[in-house]
Amino acid sequence: MKTLDPEALRTARAQARRQRERRELRRALVKHACLIVASFGMLYPLFWMVASSFKPESEIFSDIGLWPHQVDLSNYGEGWFALRESFTGFFTNSFVIAGLSVIGNLMACSLTAYAFARLDFRFKWFWFALMLGTLMLPYHVTLVPQYVLFLSIGWVDTILPLVVPKFLAVDAFFIFLMVQFFRGLPRELDEAARMDGCGPWRIYWRIILPLSTPVLATAAIFSFIWTWDDFLGPLIYLNNITNYTVPLALRAFVDSTGLSAWGQLFAMSTLSLLPVFVFFLFFQRLIIRGVAMSAMKR
Amino acid sequence: MSTIVTQPAAIAQRAASPARAGAQLRRAWRRNGAGYLFLLPWLVGFFGLTLGPTLASLYLSFTRFDLLTPAQWIGLENYVYMFTLDQRFWQALKVTFTYVLWSVPLKLVVALALAMLLDKGIRAVGVYRALFYLPSLLGASVAIAVLWRQLFAREGVVNQLLAVVGYQGEAWLHHPDYALYTLVILAVWQFGSPMVIFLAGLRQIPTDLYEAASMDGASRTRQFIRITLPLLAPVIFFNLVLQTIEAFKAFTQAFIVSGGTGGPIDATLFYTLYLYQEAFANFRMGYAATLAWVLLVIIGIFTAIAFLTSKYWVYYEDSRS
Repeated sequence: MKTLDPEALRTARAQARRQRERRELRRALVKHACLIVASFGMLYPLFWMVASSFKPESEIFSDIGLWPHQVDLSNYGEGWFALRESFTGFFTNSFVIAGLSVIGNLMACSLTAYAFARLDFRFKWFWFALMLGTLMLPYHVTLVPQYVLFLSIGWVDTILPLVVPKFLAVDAFFIFLMVQFFRGLPRELDEAARMDGCGPWRIYWRIILPLSTPVLATAAIFSFIWTWDDFLGPLIYLNNITNYTVPLALRAFVDSTGLSAWGQLFAMSTLSLLPVFVFFLFFQRLIIRGVAMSAMKR
Repeated sequence: MSTIVTQPAAIAQRAASPARAGAQLRRAWRRNGAGYLFLLPWLVGFFGLTLGPTLASLYLSFTRFDLLTPAQWIGLENYVYMFTLDQRFWQALKVTFTYVLWSVPLKLVVALALAMLLDKGIRAVGVYRALFYLPSLLGASVAIAVLWRQLFAREGVVNQLLAVVGYQGEAWLHHPDYALYTLVILAVWQFGSPMVIFLAGLRQIPTDLYEAASMDGASRTRQFIRITLPLLAPVIFFNLVLQTIEAFKAFTQAFIVSGGTGGPIDATLFYTLYLYQEAFANFRMGYAATLAWVLLVIIGIFTAIAFLTSKYWVYYEDSRS
């Protein structure tokens, strides 16, 4: 019987391992290279837009590079005042509408979700099924009658049609998200609180809500972003330029300047993306988990 | 309860007794009151802003209504006109279906491919995931639509890049054959959100399945077909339904890129855009309601098909036992 020299065996093994490691390293490097190129390609349009907002008009189309020869801030200054109203007003309007929408969604949807997740009442499952049904309903179906309704009570050209519905929990997605979360909280907490004489309101306000900051934050972020980006709602309901939101203003910008002021347009576009981008920077984890959660818990 | 009431007279008596009725009301209130109080905002919204308008919309679809004069009942005229005479309706359907059939599968394939690439224990997954997700977050905005208008313009970035490799590009947005596909690209560019969902789904597949399979000598392709796809089917299904519905509802991008017209020559006349034009540019509210209800039925049919066929191809792990 031939015996292997243990020393040789060890070196052979080490060599094989080194080889495998090197192969894996090479594969990882290739993968990373592909991913970096892919993400750069994906984000190139965004980079290019931001870069162009700092370039003088003549340079935007002659140069597809990302680095302006000289950083020129005049696009921002001129773009801000390019329309009949300044962007101060548009941003204020957008922030007011988005802020109120966040408050409305959080309040109304959490109340509803608490009722569905924790309280007992007749026909609960009937209402719950209806609520889930509205998840699938395209908004177009209610568009015309809602417009007629808001027109008849004189709300057109105010922010009310854009904000008040949020206080009536029309966005079933958030209710759904919160119901899922509330159901995961331990029931024992409610029981204990009830023993101590807490009514449903106190349980909701003192126990459920404080424990639900992750889902409330997710709902707040998404309702802010969706309202901030909303175009159709403001397009239909806001007529006067003083009431315009930022997306409407950008559209007016395109219409009024045509193709002549791309630099200013890009500067204002960049600013309009900034709040969403800031949210993304700070709450990236919450946002991504929220997206994943919406699918995983069904 | 101490007494069992059987006599009609007794029932009448019970109902007549205000103290009894009051007690019952109180009991009913104690059992249900809190729930309904909490539900109140939603109930008002549901009846006032969802159910009511949905039914009103159905009614309006049988009328001629221009906001100024009261709605006038015309029976099925809107529907007949839509299906037999209205060229733009068919064009809008064609555009929307083309968009859905291109953008949804492409988006899902790219999303799944990148999710698979990111899933296999690579470093800095979080960074890549965030970078790939970013366009999904920003893509719905007017700003990005404005940017797209520039990218695909005649002197736009795309053509400048093509010029580098010696290709003379078109004015993509003004060419009826290509305009829609710039929007398809915009949709695919936002593959991040289905990708995130795929990643979460892939995480839930136990790794020992793959280990066992590779022990048995199954190739990567085979592992993908035999393990990944079946176990991921519920997530694929979810993404498919979600993205299809989203694609049917697309509006902002088409509006901005075409300047609200749906041009060139209706090549980007999305269904929602046509609906908007009919309602708020031509003030044919009744006809717009008809369009809305037909869209509801179309989305309903698609969702139903997805759900009905799902039992043949969607494998839910917990339904095995």
